[in-house]
Amino acid sequence: MTLSSSRFINIGERTNVTGSAAFKKLILAGDYAAAVEVARQQVENGAQIIDVNMDEGLLDAVHAMTTFLKLIAAEPDIARVPVMIDSSKWEVIEAGLKCVSGKPIVNSISLKEGEETFLAQARACMDYGAAVVVMAFDEQGQADTKARKVEICKRAYDLLVAEGFPPEDIIFDPNIFAVATGIEEHNSYAVDFIEAVRTLRQLCPHAHFSGGLSNLSFSFRGNEPVRRAMHSVFLYHAIPAGLDMAIVNAGQLDVYDQIDPVLREACEDVILNRDAQATERLIALAESYKGKSAADDKAAAEWRGWPVAKRLEHALVKGIDAHIIEDTEEARQQAARPIEVIEGPLMDGMNVVGDLFGSGKMFLPQVVKSARVMKKAVAHLIPYIEAEKELLAPEERRAKGRIVMATVKGDVHDIGKNIVGVVLQCNGYEVIDLGVMVPWSEILKAANDNQADMIGLSGLITPSLDEMVTVAEEMQRAGMTMPLLIGGATTSKVHTALKIDPAYDGPVIHVLDASRAVGVAARLLSDTQREAYVAEVAGEYAALREARSAKGQSELLPLAEARARAFVIDPAEKPPAPARPGLHVFRDWDLAQLRGFIDWTPFFRAWELHGTYPAILTDPVVGETASQLFADANAMLDRIIAERWLTARGVAGLWPCRREGDDVVLDNGTRLPFLRQQVKKSRERANMCLADFIDPAGDWIGGFAVAIHGIEPHIARFQAERDDFSDILLKALADRLAEAFAEALHQHVRTTLWAYAPGEQLTNEALIREEYRGIRPAPGYPACPDHSLKPILFDLLDAPANAGLALTESFAMLPTAAVSGFYFGHPESEYFGVARIGRDQLEDYAKRRGVSVEQAERWLRPNLD
Amino acid sequence: MNARQRLLAEAAERVLIFDGAFGTQIQLRKLTEADYAGELGLAADQKGNNDILALTRPDVIADITRAYLEAGSDVVSTNTFSANRISQADYRAEHLVGEINRASARIARGLADEYAARDGRPRFVAGAIGPTNKTLSLSPDVEDPGFREIDFDHLVEVYHEQAAALVEGGVDFILIETVFDTLNAKAGIMAVRRLERALGREIPLMISMTLTDLSGRNLSGHTVEAFWYAVRHARPLTIGLNCSFGAAQLRPHVKTLAQIADALLLVYPNAGLPNELGEYDEAPETTAALVADWAADGQVNMLGGCCGSTPQHIAAIARAVAGARPRAIPTLTPAMRLAGLEAFVAA
Repeated sequence: MTLSSSRFINIGERTNVTGSAAFKKLILAGDYAAAVEVARQQVENGAQIIDVNMDEGLLDAVHAMTTFLKLIAAEPDIARVPVMIDSSKWEVIEAGLKCVSGKPIVNSISLKEGEETFLAQARACMDYGAAVVVMAFDEQGQADTKARKVEICKRAYDLLVAEGFPPEDIIFDPNIFAVATGIEEHNSYAVDFIEAVRTLRQLCPHAHFSGGLSNLSFSFRGNEPVRRAMHSVFLYHAIPAGLDMAIVNAGQLDVYDQIDPVLREACEDVILNRDAQATERLIALAESYKGKSAADDKAAAEWRGWPVAKRLEHALVKGIDAHIIEDTEEARQQAARPIEVIEGPLMDGMNVVGDLFGSGKMFLPQVVKSARVMKKAVAHLIPYIEAEKELLAPEERRAKGRIVMATVKGDVHDIGKNIVGVVLQCNGYEVIDLGVMVPWSEILKAANDNQADMIGLSGLITPSLDEMVTVAEEMQRAGMTMPLLIGGATTSKVHTALKIDPAYDGPVIHVLDASRAVGVAARLLSDTQREAYVAEVAGEYAALREARSAKGQSELLPLAEARARAFVIDPAEKPPAPARPGLHVFRDWDLAQLRGFIDWTPFFRAWELHGTYPAILTDPVVGETASQLFADANAMLDRIIAERWLTARGVAGLWPCRREGDDVVLDNGTRLPFLRQQVKKSRERANMCLADFIDPAGDWIGGFAVAIHGIEPHIARFQAERDDFSDILLKALADRLAEAFAEALHQHVRTTLWAYAPGEQLTNEALIREEYRGIRPAPGYPACPDHSLKPILFDLLDAPANAGLALTESFAMLPTAAVSGFYFGHPESEYFGVARIGRDQLEDYAKRRGVSVEQAERWLRPNLD
Repeated sequence: MNARQRLLAEAAERVLIFDGAFGTQIQLRKLTEADYAGELGLAADQKGNNDILALTRPDVIADITRAYLEAGSDVVSTNTFSANRISQADYRAEHLVGEINRASARIARGLADEYAARDGRPRFVAGAIGPTNKTLSLSPDVEDPGFREIDFDHLVEVYHEQAAALVEGGVDFILIETVFDTLNAKAGIMAVRRLERALGREIPLMISMTLTDLSGRNLSGHTVEAFWYAVRHARPLTIGLNCSFGAAQLRPHVKTLAQIADALLLVYPNAGLPNELGEYDEAPETTAALVADWAADGQVNMLGGCCGSTPQHIAAIARAVAGARPRAIPTLTPAMRLAGLEAFVAA
C-alpha cells in the first residue's frame, strides 16, 4: 500500500536529541531498546516520516546515529516509514546514509561553506539516493529576511537543478527563528518565513517546504501553553502559504479553535507582526499562563471528575486513551443499548474532532489519535452489540446470497455503490463492502475467502472502465466462475458487452441502476432461472458486439483536414483583460448563498427519481416520494449550514495566454493541449476544439477548482449509526453544493474577477440553462475528455494548498464533492463532445502532451476505437 | 550511439530477449574437481565454484553463452554471479576476482560481437554482479539486531573491484541482480558511480530484485514499489525482477512495477517452482506462455530465465514474443518518492 499525501506531512521529532530531553536521556544512558520504542510510538501516532538527530556534545554522534538506524531497520513497524537523517555534521549524515536501505531524506545541506561543498554533498545525496533538506544559509550566514531567504533558496535551487538534482526531491527549510524576543528586528521573522515560502513556491516548481517549529517560541521556554498556541497559530497561516511539512511534536499542538481567544489573538499579532506592541502584549499575557503546566496537571486530574459523556468527548478530542475502556464500560452500563454509546457520546466527540479537522484547525496526527481512541471504545462495545443480534431467530439472520462490492482502484466515488448495497441488504442479501480504491487482488481475495455468490464493481470516472476490464481478466485468469456485476455512472451496457464480457467467461451483467440490482441478483441465485437468464444476457451482449462490428462507424477526417475545419471566432468579440487577473482563493464560501445555486434535477436523478425540478414534486407517480426527499434534503441542508457541517473551499485563476494550434499556451509557459473533433460532419459545421475559442494573437483563459470539505465525520457518524439514508443524502448534497459552488464562482468570475459581464442578471433557472456568456469545461468531460489535464490545472491553481484537493492515480478528485475546469470567455464558445478521434491525433496529442503514445492511449481509451 | 542508446533503440522496436541460467547448464555437464581446479593450484576444493570455469574450462562457459545466442538472446550475461571477493573467499580464490571477471567478460563479448557481425542485429553483454552472501540490512544474530557482518564501504569496494574488471573485459552494462537486500544494491550503485567518475564515462546499470515472499517483498522487507524508489536514483537502463518464484507467482508484481517504473522492464523468472526433488521441471512452452502474457499486455521490455531455465526455454520465449509490442516507458509526474519498507509519495 502506497501512502500518498498531498496534504501536510508531519515529521516526528521525538527521536531527536535536540528536540526531546527524554530521548536524549535514553541515548546518553545507552538504553537503545527504550529509544526504539519511542520511534515505534511516533509511527503509531501518525508520524509519516521520522527525524533522527544525535547532535549532542556528549555523544559520539556517528556511533549513536548508525546504531539507532540499524536497530530500527530491524523493526518492520517502524522501518515501513522513511527516515530523515538529521545532523549539522556531514560525516554523521553520510554514516547514516550507509545504514538506510530505502530512500531517506537528508537534513540538511546548505551553501554555508560555499558552492563547492554544497554541490559535492548534493551529488553524494544523489549517489546514495536521498531527498534533501536545504537550509537557507549561505556564505554570509543564515537568511533572516524574506529577501535573503528567497535569494538563497532560489540560488540553491538553480544550482541543484543545473547539477541534475530532481527538483521534487528538494525541501527548503527557510529558517523558523524565534519571535517575541524583545529585539525589534526579530519581530518580522515569522511573517518573513511565511511570505518567503509563498514566493518560493512560485519560483521553485515541485520543491517542498519544511521547518522546525520549536525555534519559533524559544522566548517562552517553560511556558508550554504559550508555545503550543504559537505553533498552532503559525501552522494555521504557514500551511496555506505552501509549507507542506514540518518537524513537529503532534502532541504539542493545540487545536486552533480551542486556544483561549485572547491568547490566540496575541499570538496572531506576534506571528503576523501586526503592530509594534504585539510582543509586549504577548509577554505580559504569557505571565498569566506561566506555571500553567502545574495547573495543567490539576486540570488533567479535574476532567476525570466530569460526567461520563463529557469525559468521552474530552478523551476523543484530546486523543487520550488511558481511561477509554473504563469510561466506555461505564457509559454502556448506563445506556439502554450498547449502540447508544456509539451513537451518543462517542459520535458527538468525533463530530467535534471532525469539524475541527475539516476546517483546518486540527492536524492529521491528532485526528489519527482520536480515531484510535474511538476504535478502542467501539471494539469494547462490539461483543455486546453482537450478543444483541444473537437474539434474532436464525431464519432472520440467514442471507439470501452474499455479494462482494467495491469501487475499483483509482476511483473514490461510492454513492451509487452504497445505494445498491442498501437496496440489496434491505432485500435480505449479505453485502461485503470493500470500500473505495480497491485493487483487483483484494476484490478477488475477498470474494474467494468469503465464498461470495457474486462480485459487484462500481466506478464513476472513465479510467475505472479500464480497471473493471482488469478485474474481469484477473477473475478469468484465476479460474473463477461467479457472476460479475457492473454498475456506475460511466458504465454502460455497450461497454460491458464490448470490453468486459469478452474478458471473462463467467456471467457478466451490467446493472443499470439500483432498482434492477435485486432482480439481477435474485435471478442469478435462482436454481430455475439462472441458466436461462445468463444465456439471455450473454446472447444480448453477443448481438450488441455483432451489431457494433457490422455498423460502419462514422468516418473520421485526417487530423490536418479536421484542423482546417476549425471553428473560427470573431477576434473583435474576445473578452477584455480581467479586472483582477491571477489567483483568487476562497477559504470558506457562504453555504447559505450556495444553496440558492443548487440544481435539483441531478439530485433526484442520483436517487433514481427521474423528472425535472420543480415539476417532479407534483409528478403523479413519484411526486410524493420526491417531495418527502426534498423536505429531508432541506432539513439536512438547514443543519449543514447552521451547524457548519461543511466548508466550501475553492480557487480560481485567470491567466494571459495565446492559442498555438490545438494548444493553449499560458504566458508562464504552461501548455494545455486540447483534442479536436474528427468525425466527419455535414456541410459547414466546424470540427471543434477548445483551443479554437482562444485568439492566437493573445487572449485570456481561466481555471478553477472547488471542493466541499468536512463530510467525513458526518459520514462516519452515519455509517457507525448504520444510517445509510443520511450517509447517501449527505454525499448527494455535498455533490450538489460542489456543483453550486462551481456555478456561483463562475458567476463571480464573469461579473467581478474577469468582469466581462459585469451587469449580468440571471435567475437560477437561467444559470442551469447555461444562458450566460462563456463556458467552464471540465477535464474528463466531453469537450476535454482527458482526465490527465487535472494535474496541470491543479498545479496552476495550486489546488492542494488553495482548495485542499488531491488526485488519485486515476485522476479522481478528493474530496469527492469537487469540480474543476477551465474558463473560456469568448461569447461564441460552447460545449461540445470530442467523441471518437483517430490514431493520427492520438500520436500528435502524445507528442504535444510530452508522453508516450501508449500512455496517451490509456488516457484517451474511451475516445479511441 | 552509445550502448544505452542502442539498447533503447532496439527496445523501442520489440520485446528483447535476455539469457537463461548458467548453473543448471553447468550441472548437466557433470564436471569433476579437476575440471574446476585446472592448473591454478588453489588451497581449497573448487568443485561448485562455477565462476572460476572462465579460467579453467572457458570452453564450457563459451558453449553455454553460444547456446543462448543461438536461442535468440539479445543480451547475454557474464557467468560472474559469485565472482566477488566475499564469495570467492570460500574457495580461497579472492585474489583471482579480477581475472575471473575479465575472462568471463571477454568470452561473452567475443561471442556477442561474433553473432552481431553474422546477422547485423546488435548483441549486448551485461556484467552480472550477485548480492554476495552477506547482507547490509539484517543481523545474522537474532540476539543482537544491530549487528552487521559487513559494512557499506567494504561492500562498495568489493563491488567496485568486480565491476571494474567486468568493464575492462568489455561488458556494456553492469547488472546488479537477485537483489535480496536493497542496501546491498545501493552499495552496488555507489560502486558503479565511483567507477564512472574514475573512467569519465557512463556505465549503464541494470537492476533486478528478487522476491522472497508471495506478498511481494524482498528479504530486507521492501515492497516492489519501495524498492524501485530506493534505487531509482541510479537511473538504470532496466529494472525488474528475477529468480524468486516462477512466472505464475511473479505476475501481480510485474504488473505493479510496469505501471511505476520509468525504465525498461526486464523479468527473468525461474522455470516454475522446484518439484519435490528440488528440480525445475516447467516445460519451455509453459514458461514461454506465462511470460508471453506479460508481453501481450505491454508490461515488459525484456524477458529471460533464471534458475532451471535452459536454451530451450529462451528459444521458446523468443518464439512466443516475436512481434509483440514492447512496453512503453511511462512518464511519472514529478513527486517526492521516498521509501521506508513501503513507498511514500508526496506530490
